[in-house]
Amino acid sequence: MPEIIVQAETFDMGAMLNRFAGRQVNAGAVVSFSGIVRDVATGDLNAMEIEHYPGMTERALAKIADEAMDRWSLADAFILHRHGRMGPGETIMMVATASRHRADAFAAAEFLMDYLKSRAPFWKKELTSDGAAWVEARDEDEDALSRWQSGG
Amino acid sequence: MIELRYFAWLRERVGTGHETVETEAATVADLIEELKARDEGYAFAFSDTGAIRAAVDQELVAFDAPLAGAREVAFFPPMTGG
Repeated sequence: MPEIIVQAETFDMGAMLNRFAGRQVNAGAVVSFSGIVRDVATGDLNAMEIEHYPGMTERALAKIADEAMDRWSLADAFILHRHGRMGPGETIMMVATASRHRADAFAAAEFLMDYLKSRAPFWKKELTSDGAAWVEARDEDEDALSRWQSGG
Repeated sequence: MIELRYFAWLRERVGTGHETVETEAATVADLIEELKARDEGYAFAFSDTGAIRAAVDQELVAFDAPLAGAREVAFFPPMTGG
């Protein structure tokens, strides 16, 4: 069963990764990805605020993780995503996958990220000295899904 | 009665995060038309439907999705997680 955590609090990605890796008994490979709040081009990001849809968020993440478990030979998967206010450099989210061999863990981690970006109900807002602006979805994020839909 | 939820800039434009409505709308698209007809605020919020996504009972759906039996409908911009 993949583990899904949605929380406002900060987290220690190293500790979470050790916890995930530590409970694997039949996996030779663990892959992880972490998303970090980056500054805006003008360099004056004060904070990022992430809104989400409580209830649907957990369901959507569980569905994406289950899909990854079905498509690859995975021992386990983990998704943690924060919401609320966070500063530049803070960790927003992480995914981790575990498998017998690395190819499955790498591919599944990329799949989780591609789907999570445009199918999990989170919305980012950047707060700078100029005010607040919603981050717009990028066409590339939607395009990234197509490679998993054709033949994958 | 259907519970409506709005998120991100759609919530800001509508002016509330949730409300309960009585509707005869058969599909999500019909419901959007009903909301747009309410007043200028809703008409503005829903003016660019290409930039709006919808969920029925917390599942992402297309605008032609039926509303029969739906308890909760949500509208929001394209998602930007990760």
